[in-house]
Order: sequence, then C-alpha cells, then structure tokens
Amino acid sequence: MTQPQLEIQAIAVVTAIACALPGVFLVLRRVALLSDAISHSILLGIVLAFFVAGSVTSPLLIVGAAAMGLITVVLVQALTRTKLVANDAAIGLVFPALFSIAVVLIARYSGDVHLDTDVVLLGELAFAPFERLVIAGYDMGPQSLYLMGGILLLNFAGLLLFYKELKLATFDAALAAALGFSPALVHFGLMGMVSVTAVGAFDAVGSILVVALMIAPPATAYLLTDRLPSMIAGSALIGAAAAIGGYWLAHLLDASIAGSIATVLGAMFAVAFALAPQRGLIAVARRRGRQRWEFARTMLAIHLLNHEGLPEAADENRVEHLKDGLGWDGDFTAEVVKQAKRNGLLWEGEGALILTDSGRRLAESAVAA
Amino acid sequence: MLTIFSDYTLRTVALGAGALGIVSGVLGSFAVLRKQSLLGDAISHAALPGVVIGFLIGGKSPLALLIGAAGAGWLGTLVVRSIVRTTRIKDDGALGLVLSVFFGIGLMLLTFVQRQPDASQAGLDTFLFGQAAALVRSDVVTIALLGAVAIATVAVFWKEFKLLSFDPEFGTTLGLPMGRIDVLLTTLLVIAIVIGLQTVGVVLMSAMVVAPGAAARQWTNRLGVMVPLSALFGATAGVSGAVISSQEAQLPTGPMIVLSASVLVLVSLSLAPGRGLLWELWRRRKNRKRLSVDAVLADLYALDLQHEDEHPHSVAALNAMSAERDGVGEELKQLEDRGWASQAAEEQWVLTDAGRAEARLRSRSASMPGDGRASEEADGRLGAAP
Repeated sequence: MTQPQLEIQAIAVVTAIACALPGVFLVLRRVALLSDAISHSILLGIVLAFFVAGSVTSPLLIVGAAAMGLITVVLVQALTRTKLVANDAAIGLVFPALFSIAVVLIARYSGDVHLDTDVVLLGELAFAPFERLVIAGYDMGPQSLYLMGGILLLNFAGLLLFYKELKLATFDAALAAALGFSPALVHFGLMGMVSVTAVGAFDAVGSILVVALMIAPPATAYLLTDRLPSMIAGSALIGAAAAIGGYWLAHLLDASIAGSIATVLGAMFAVAFALAPQRGLIAVARRRGRQRWEFARTMLAIHLLNHEGLPEAADENRVEHLKDGLGWDGDFTAEVVKQAKRNGLLWEGEGALILTDSGRRLAESAVAA
Repeated sequence: MLTIFSDYTLRTVALGAGALGIVSGVLGSFAVLRKQSLLGDAISHAALPGVVIGFLIGGKSPLALLIGAAGAGWLGTLVVRSIVRTTRIKDDGALGLVLSVFFGIGLMLLTFVQRQPDASQAGLDTFLFGQAAALVRSDVVTIALLGAVAIATVAVFWKEFKLLSFDPEFGTTLGLPMGRIDVLLTTLLVIAIVIGLQTVGVVLMSAMVVAPGAAARQWTNRLGVMVPLSALFGATAGVSGAVISSQEAQLPTGPMIVLSASVLVLVSLSLAPGRGLLWELWRRRKNRKRLSVDAVLADLYALDLQHEDEHPHSVAALNAMSAERDGVGEELKQLEDRGWASQAAEEQWVLTDAGRAEARLRSRSASMPGDGRASEEADGRLGAAP
C-alpha cells in the first residue's frame, strides 16, 4: 500500500465515523432527512462566506456553512410551526430554494474562481491527500485528515458530555422537558454537530454522500441491536468498514471512491435487512414458519382434548379423521402428528391418537389462555 | 420580454418547463397531501443508476435514459416501502438511505463507465442541474406526451386517488385494492420526476414536486380546485423561470424555475385568504384590539360601581388600572362609537346606560360558574328532586 492510499483510507474512515455519531441520533429522532437539507444548503453558506472572505481556503467558509446549516433547520421549523405546510414539505421547500440561490450566485459572480458545484455535490476523495498541512517546513500529512479528525473529536466529546441529555431527549422528550432539559437546545446542539460534520465532510465525499455516511450505518446498526451504546459503536464500525471496503472497490473498478463507499454501505444494509438475527427478513420468515407448526400442534392437542373420553373419541381421534376435524390435508397432518409425537404430546394406540400428560397440559393451558 | 413569441429556443424551453410544471404540479399535489413530499427527492436521486444503465444499453437515446431512470426511481420507491413496512426504520431514514445509496451506486457506475477507454464523456452535470437550455423540440414532445398520459390517468382514477389521499382505510373497507392504487400513483409521480430531470436536475426536482402543491394548498380546501391550481402554479413557475433566465447571461434555468416556484409559495403562505400569515396577523391584531376594548369597558364599569350616581372618571385612572396599557384613547373612542361611553369633560369619561347594561351582562356571564346565585339555584333544584 502506498502512502496516498493509506492516507485516503484514513481520511475515509475518520469521516465515516465522524458522520455516524450524529447520524445515530438523526435516525432515532426521525429527522434523517434534515441531513439531506443541511448538506445541500451549506453550499449557500460557503458561497456567501466566500464573497466576504474572498478565498476558498478561508476558515470563514466553514463557519458560514455551518451557520447556514442551522439557519436551514430554523427555517424548516418556523415554516412547520405556521401549520400551513407539513414538516416534510417544509424541508422540501427550504433547501432547494437556498441551494438555487447558491447556484445562481456561483453562476453569476464566481465564474472564473474555483468554486465548482460538482465538487461540492460529489467531492473527490482521491484529491484529498494533495492538500498538505506543512508546519515549519515539515509535511505533517493531509489537511483534511486533521480537519475531519478534529470534527470527529468534537463529535465524540459532544456525545460523551451530553450522552444522557441526548438519550433522554431522543427516547422521551416529554420526560426530558419535565426534568428541565431543553429538548430544543438538545435538538439544536445535534443540528450544529450535523452542520459542522457535513461541512467538513462534503469536501471529501460530497454533500449527497454525506447523507449516506450519516444515515446508512445507523440504519444498519438499528436492525442489529436494541441498545443505544451498541448501536453507536456498531454504526462507527460499519462506517469504518464501508470506508475501507469502498476504497478498494473503487480501486478495483477505477471508479469514484465516495460512490463506492455508498455502494458498500448499501450492500451492508441489504445484508442486515435480509439476515439480521432478530429483525431480518429471513429471521422473521423462519419465526413465522415455526409459529405455524407450533400453532398446528397446539390445535391438534386441543382437538384431541375436546373428544377425549367421549364415545366418538375412537372415531374423531384417528389420523385419517383429522382431515375433516381440522380441515388439514394428509401431508400436513402426518407432519404435525410426527412432530407432536416427537415432542411427547401424544402417542398412537389402537388406531387413535391419545394425549400424553404434557399434551393435555399444553391443550388445557392454550384453551385457558 | 416579448421575445418568448419570437425566439425559437426560448419558446421551446418555456414550453418544456411549463409542461413539466403542470405535470409535477398535478402529481405533486397528491405527494404533498399524503405527506410524501420528500419521496420526490428520493426518486430523483435514485434515478441516477438507471440513467447510467440506460446509457450503457441504449446509448444516447433519450428514451433509453428515461426508461432507465424510471425503472431505478420506481425500484427506489419499492425499497423505501419495504423497509418502512418490515423494519422499525421510519420514512425519513428509509428515504435518506435509498436516496444516498442509490445515488452513490449511480455515481460509482458513472465514473466506472466514464473511465472506460472508449466511452464518450456523458456529463453528469446535465443530470445534476438539468440543462433546460438544451431542450429541443423532441424533448418537449416527450414531456408533453408522457405528461398527458400521466394526467389522463389521474383523471381516470380521480376518485381512487382522492380516497387514497384522505382515507385509505375507508377505501380498504370498500374493497378497493388500495395497495395497487398507491403503486399506480407512485408510478405516475416517478414519470413526472423523470421527465423533469433533464430540465431542472436532480437536486431541484424535489422542489418542483413540493412547491406548486404546497402553494395551491393554501388557497383552497377542495382537491378539485387544488390540483388544477397547483398545475397552474407549476406552469407559471416553469415559464417565468425560463423567461427570467433568458433575460441575462449566466442565470441558470433550473434554479430560476425553482426560485420562481419558491416566490409563489411565499406569496401563497402570506396572502392566502383565511389561513395566510398576513391574514393571521391581521386577525390577531383585531382580537387584541377587541380584548383591550373589553378590558377598558370592564374597568370603567368597576369604577362606576363605586358610585351611586353617574360619575365621570379620568383617563389617568383607567391608564393606571392595567400595567401593560399605554393609552386608552382608541379604546374609549371605540366604546363611544358603540354608544357605551361618552366624554364628560376633557380627559373625563362616563359609562352610558347602555354601556352599564352591557358591562353588567358580561361580568355576569364571565362569573357564572362560581356565581353564588347559580349554585343556589342548583341547590334548590337538588332539594326539590326527591
């Protein structure tokens, strides 16, 4: 592995983890699409700050962009609060308008300056190692590694400091308010985190794929765990793994790194969607199948119990007769009887099925319930 | 401004943008009502891999690109539906996931194709920001034809779509296949979005779906009015965006269309009769004024009760009776207009007989529940009951 390859992967991993941390709360609080809105409207913040600062490398750009992210959230909230439009429509109205203003400003006033909308939207990780941080003549490594590393630390510190507040405000906003934490403050703190992260990350991966890095890892982890700490750790791990996997996929195909990372994230989600131990499609289908057989065995036991000791028992409780009694076909009946025998629910004597004690108990408890 | 009639290119672009506005206005109305405003955003992003695959198979044929885009967009909505239905991930998470992952796959495929040695450089720019200026006659015909099919379908299934938007459970109890009707409406939305991609681009297409519908919603409570109005707003935004962007160099068409639509939304939100923001402001002011007139009447009555005979009271006393009051001149004038108070001397006001009666009536109805007399009556009735 060459030096730039290593550096690109390091930047990708750091960016992915930095995005995954606030992303967990975006997904849990059901405001995932605010990340989409923020990551687009920060373009306007960058453009305006660029007009003020006059250069594309000024730190003012990051400040302006993050501020525009917060302004987006405020505008969406204000519009929702008028009750004239629903929240999702408010998002869909605000960010395209801000983004349009930015595109028009760029087209009109910065034609010959390096402020390319493509780059903002798509990013290019492969170029990230070219911008070096040089201190006193020493090459300290790529700039964006430091930028994203700083944002990652910031997010991590924010998470540690306000973990309790975030958790409470996310899972029980009313209790949080009653205990004196301001849910609004928590919300805006989180949105500030998302804005700063989006600004830092769009340079590397572009604004659309920031959304992938923020939402896909938590959504995947959400299918795998019920606990917040493991969801956070899982999101970070999934993000990091996708960053490395995506890099090598891009290497293999000679394609966009950011696009490949999103593809790997999508694949990981698809795997979790299908195979997750509790909530995956296959697990759910298997559980349904198991419950079907369980239900059939219980039905059989209840049927036998109903006729037990009565004169018609010898007739009703014959295997061939179950077809009429329960409306089952032959193969299905044979399988249910076989399973019930194996489970010790009944035994076959004199051509009829006879419940064992445990079979009787099962039937009685099922009827009682 | 009149060049729209003579300039061929502008006429083509304006026609295309207007037709697109009509289609997205009609389908967007339903999306807004069903709180699926951001589905359009997801569909337009999800279309990218389809565009690339369409390009790989059909070359630069516009039909291949359209079919590819529609297929991928439709698949995206399917994935969103199945995620929301089978997991605990909600709409927003599913939409964000599909939007970004599909777009990422598209980006990967596109860069892969572009870097093949014999690939022609199909620009991603067109897809991202649209290229309205490059619309030609055949594009407009395609937009108009597909749009007409979509709108005709809406007309045919009008009743079903209305039911789906307002009370799908009721539809189910009537025995209508609401699931399939939902898929049909979503398919039409996909068509509306796909034909717009070339004009306004991925990022801004979502605004074309949301804005006309959200604006039209402000003016009416009837679906039969809202949908045509939304189409009108969409057409207005499309045509005016195209015209404005042609007036000066370097005013990109897509963003100008979206900004026109945003202006329509702002105007509707502020002015719409009965629910607009200005209307609300006016109503609040009127209420505040009415309440302060009532308060002055009550205060004047309280002062009046202190005296057996008709006795004028000073404005200064009224002013002092409420902390947040600054001046009661306007309120007193209102009372005078209604004949409830009259000016006895400079800065001195007196309650008229009519005013006294009115104030007594109000103070009684205000204090009714805890009123001694009322409870006495109740007691009496209770006592008589057995």
